Amino acid sequence: MKIKVIVTLKNGVLDPQGKAIQQTLNSMNFSNVNEVRQGKFFEINVNEINEEKAKSQVEEMCKKLLANLVIEDYKII
Amino acid sequence: MKSSVIIFPGSNCDRDMDVALTKFGFKNTMVWHNDQSIPKSDLIVLPGGFSYGDYLRCGSIASKSNIIKSVIDFANSGGLVLGICNGFQILTETGLLTGILQQNKYLNFICKNVFIKVKDKKNKYFKNIKKEILELHIAHNEGNFFCTDQELKLLEDNNQIAVTYCNSNGLENEEDNPNGAIKNIAGIFNKNKNVLGMMPHPERMIDKYLSGEDGSLFFENLLGNLG
Repeated sequence: MKIKVIVTLKNGVLDPQGKAIQQTLNSMNFSNVNEVRQGKFFEINVNEINEEKAKSQVEEMCKKLLANLVIEDYKII
Repeated sequence: MKSSVIIFPGSNCDRDMDVALTKFGFKNTMVWHNDQSIPKSDLIVLPGGFSYGDYLRCGSIASKSNIIKSVIDFANSGGLVLGICNGFQILTETGLLTGILQQNKYLNFICKNVFIKVKDKKNKYFKNIKKEILELHIAHNEGNFFCTDQELKLLEDNNQIAVTYCNSNGLENEEDNPNGAIKNIAGIFNKNKNVLGMMPHPERMIDKYLSGEDGSLFFENLLGNLG
């Protein structure tokens, strides 16, 4: 079963790459872009047929490795 | 005194650290990350570099390697663990140290000499050190120390801030903060001050003809404090 995870910086945490992307977009005439936040996307293939079980395993993975909870939030989708 | 330097795939300051430790009298052993145990040591060093290519987050993969359990046990039993640069990043990812090293504020890799101020001397690393302000070298892309307000308060209340970026007179201003780190933080301790992580490289400043000698001060002093 494929589980997808998005890891993003928490609100309020400085995201210099997002800022640079935003400024570049602005300079490319996308002048209405106010903010860009950059994150990470994971596709995890878990050998498990029960979706709930797979998701709860992936949640553990997020807490232990995929995200650093000091600065990042994760979302399992 | 015995020391061990842990080598991860992608470490690149391990040899420099070995040279520095040996120069100042440590009997040093190099330990591979896949080993299960560390020889009896008075000091364990996690060196600088790019362990596992900085994949996922700097230090995150190394923080789950085989050898790390021994490092954590050693630290929890009061042993001295020093993490320089990528070693500092690994220590935050293990949870032995608070916070995280984020990408530098201005997105550039910084490689230059900086001044750092010694903020606490009640520890084995800086007790008796002769200078308050040291000139050391930094070389990193992710050195921007960040932690929550609550964690910062704990660091301050327990005097766990080890060194900060400053100018040559010791003024900790924004101009001399190379990477945007909170409160100019360049290095911190754990609560018991046996674990130190810092971005500057003392091992690069141990030769008066090549660089400078403030790194020598650091190692001589550390060895003296352990003796």
